[in-house]
This record gives sequence, C-alpha cells and structure tokens, in this order.
Amino acid sequence: MTSVELNNVTKKYDKEKVVAVDDVSLSVSKGELFGLIGPDGAGKSSIFRILTTLLLPDGGTATVEGYDVVKDYKTIRGNVGYMPGRFSLYQDLTVEENLSFFATVFGTSIEENYELIKDIYIQIEPFKKRRAGKLSGGMKQKLALSCALIHKPSILFLDEPTTGVDAVSRKEFWEMLKRLKQQGITIMVSTPYMDEATLCDRIALIQSGKILSVDTPSGIVKSYHGKLFAIKSDAMYKLMNDLRAFEHTRSCFAFGEYHHISFKERDKDYTEEVLNYLQAKGHTGVEIKSVTPAIEDCFIDMVEEKKSEA
Amino acid sequence: MNSTVIKAEKLTKRYGDFVAANELTFDVRAGEIFGFLGANGAGKTTAMRMLCGLSVPSSGTASVAGYDVYKQTENIKRNIGYMSQKFSLYEDLTVMENIGFYAGIYGLTDKEIKEKSVQLVDQLGLHDSAKKLVRSLPLGWKQKLSFLVAIIHQPKIVFLDEPTSGVDPVARRQFWDLIYQAADTGITAFVTTHYMDESEYCHRVSIMVDGNIRALDSPANLKKHFSASSMDEVFQGLAREAKRKED
Repeated sequence: MTSVELNNVTKKYDKEKVVAVDDVSLSVSKGELFGLIGPDGAGKSSIFRILTTLLLPDGGTATVEGYDVVKDYKTIRGNVGYMPGRFSLYQDLTVEENLSFFATVFGTSIEENYELIKDIYIQIEPFKKRRAGKLSGGMKQKLALSCALIHKPSILFLDEPTTGVDAVSRKEFWEMLKRLKQQGITIMVSTPYMDEATLCDRIALIQSGKILSVDTPSGIVKSYHGKLFAIKSDAMYKLMNDLRAFEHTRSCFAFGEYHHISFKERDKDYTEEVLNYLQAKGHTGVEIKSVTPAIEDCFIDMVEEKKSEA
Repeated sequence: MNSTVIKAEKLTKRYGDFVAANELTFDVRAGEIFGFLGANGAGKTTAMRMLCGLSVPSSGTASVAGYDVYKQTENIKRNIGYMSQKFSLYEDLTVMENIGFYAGIYGLTDKEIKEKSVQLVDQLGLHDSAKKLVRSLPLGWKQKLSFLVAIIHQPKIVFLDEPTSGVDPVARRQFWDLIYQAADTGITAFVTTHYMDESEYCHRVSIMVDGNIRALDSPANLKKHFSASSMDEVFQGLAREAKRKED
C-alpha cells in the first residue's frame, strides 16, 4: 500500500528562475519511515509543503493516502500531521493551551488521543502551564511533535526536526520516531544529518531539487562503486593538501579522525604508492586502511559525479 | 603553540540560584582549533558570552587575547571575531557592501578595505556574485563569506557558534579547510558544533555537562580515556549523565 506518491513534481520560485523541486518522483509505503536527506536549499521543505497542501506544484501530480494534493486538499489536511522546520506553535499560549487548541481544531480532545502522545508529552507535562515561547529547544520540539500527533494522523511529515539539536537529544528524538512507527504511522522526515539516514527504512538523497538516489541505506552504500580508503598521519592539514596533490587521487576529504580518499582508477589499491609518496613528503604516523563508505561518502560521491557530468 | 590566548580560572556565571557555568578553568593556545562541546543547555553560550565580553561573570577570572573580561571588554571585542549561524551577514547588502561594512566597523582604512575586498572575492571565487545581494547566495557560500568577514581584521581569536549547521557535506568540509587555513596564520578558532565528526578536526575538545567542564583533551586521548571508538560515543556517554533538564 502506498501512502505518498509524487510523479514528476516541479516547483519554481522567483518568476521561474529558481527550480526548487525538479521533476521529483518517489513513493512512500504505508508504515514506512522514509527520510529525505539533503542540505539546506535542496528542496526538502518545498516537497513537504506540497504534500501538506500548503503549496501548489507547478507541474506533476502528488497524492497522500490516495488523495490528490490539489483537488482533495481538505481531506488531506484532516489526515496528516505536520511539523514545519520553523517552530510554529503559539508562543503566547501555554504548553497545555497549544495542545488543546490543536486538538480542538481537529475536532478531538487531549483525553481522546492521550495514549498516542503520552510517551512524548509526559516529558513536558510538568511544564504545562509555561508559555511555549519560554521553552528550551528540545522541549519545543517535543511539544510540536505532540501537537502534530494529537488528531491521530495516519501520516506524519517532519521537516528537519533535529536541526540545531544536540547529539543526545537527536538520538532520543529518533527513538521516539521508532516507537511511533511501531504504532503503524507512516513517517516522512527530512534531515541534513547524514548519520541519521541509517535510521530510516528507505531514504531519498536530494540536492538542488533533484533526487540523486532512492534506496534503503544499505542499498545506497552497496551501490558505491570502487574502493574507499581512510588515512591519517601526525599532520592532518598537510596530509590533506599533499593527498589532493597526489597524481592518482580522485577525491580526498576530511572524515572525522581520518581523511577519506578515492582514486581515479577506482578499483585499484594504491596503498603502497601512497605510503611511499607520503614518506617522501616527510609524514610520520601514517595509517591507511580500506573502509566501507558511509551514506555521507555516497552523497559526496554522487554530487561530484553530477558535477563532472555537467 | 605556546602562548595562551584564552585563560579562564574558576569562571562562573550565576542567574539567581542557577549556576549556568560553574568554575570553568581552561586555557586555549594561539593557533589552536579548540572544540567547545556540550548538549543544548549545558552552558556553552553562557561561557562564550563571557569570553566575548558580552556578559559579566559572577566570579572567577579570565583573560581573552590578553584582556580582562571584567574591565577590558571593549579591547576584547576589537581583538576577536565572531560568527554564528544566526547572526552573520546583512542579506540586503551585496557581497562587497558586507565586506566594506564589517571592515569599516573594525577600523580598516579605505585602502585596506579595497585590498581585502579583492582578496576575499578572489579567495572564494565570488567574482560573478560580488555585486549581488547576499540573500541570493547559497547557504554554503554565505557561511564561508561570513567566516572570512569575521576574521577580516586578523583577530587573535575567532569564535564560531555552530558555523556549519544545515549545509551540505561538501560545503561543510570546505568550511573546515578555511578554519585550518586561518589557524595556520595564527588565528585561534574556538568552535561549537553538533556534528561529532567535526569535533575530530579540533586539536583539543572540551565537553560541558550541566555547567561544568567534564572532559578536556585531544580527541585521540578522550577516546582512549573513555574507551570509545568515536567522539560521538564519548559525547553520548558524558552528556547522558546530565541531570539538569534543558532548562
């Protein structure tokens, strides 16, 4: 069963000069946790706004739970939960007032669907008399999620819920999503953090309005072609410059503790050549090893491939 | 890397009964890339505001670029650069106008401003966009430009508050190249980030929990000390001890 379907959806801004969403097609199954992974300006928010019927596409069609985003917008609005990228609750209302407001708008009450939000809401309930504007970032996020859930939507759209949130809160947030998924809710979530991609069932990598790839996280990693190496030495900045100047290098970039390097002949192992080259350059403490690419490696690789095609 | 550019001793900030930053003692050396980590609400911003001369400490001492955080805040402001995701460039001014504005504020002469403008535009390859409004630039470019503008007066220290939030992986790395370059010229970088892989790029990292500095060392030593395979593990382990709710 399909929950979301986009067919050749296009959205342009600024008198058609800016193509925010460029011929995007993808589908999300019922009960799936689907990630839109890409940087700022990739078109993620525009896609969310089209699917939640807040923005009309310029081309193509899209459906949510079988309803057309243009014709059936009223039905869709009653069935989806949406957490926009910017905090959009009423800052002057208290935590409890916000929640009760959203419940009332959707013709329900906090009591009726309390079970669904209990897990999340219980963490902010001690502060229910506080105004939303006075909450910390993590608490605002929990309130926004509670408000998006209070009418028991069949699908949740979460636009960058973890941007600017620390690593611990991010982890907690994804644990909450997993529990919601177990209750059968379809979740479409966007994030600029590539490490969160592995927590989704399937992901779409997106850049400049275009889909680079749609697959399971492990499928994306498998489709990386050629070898990738991790390398470090005692002088990491010099190492980067030296490796970029190495004749066989295709690309080299920082990756945490190591630099990741791929070669022009992508299946060849240049370990020996690299070691000799770096020794001649005076590097000490050199370590090189073959590694499995992460989603971020795949993303960078696809972006570079696109660039060289252009 | 011997001279010290930031020296804090028992630096503390209280708001009523609440101790936002508790007896912070650490120093940062010239040319160092210093990672300042902590969960939301751990006290990073409070500490950073004191070091920038924007907030008066409740007790303790600190000097930044050789100036006292109680008495010489104006000198501090002249000798540091500051950049964050939230406060950076004026969107309604062009690239050149932004450069000219900040350079002017920091007291560069007209001749210096001219030279610097050409140099920055060259360095970023922004020739085609020099006369465009900053609003029209992609986020990655804005951040790079705003970093270079923050160090236009060759400050001793640049404070970077989550400088790379939201940008693509390639731009994020290009940004770090700029930090390395700046550090190479002797500018100290004091950086906060939520990307744990970026903490590996720092020479040393401190981790704040509930207003205290709970760990401070090189990434390699921290991982060894906490028997962790990544900085993410180190961070998760420490930050989960936090008793203080985010507020």
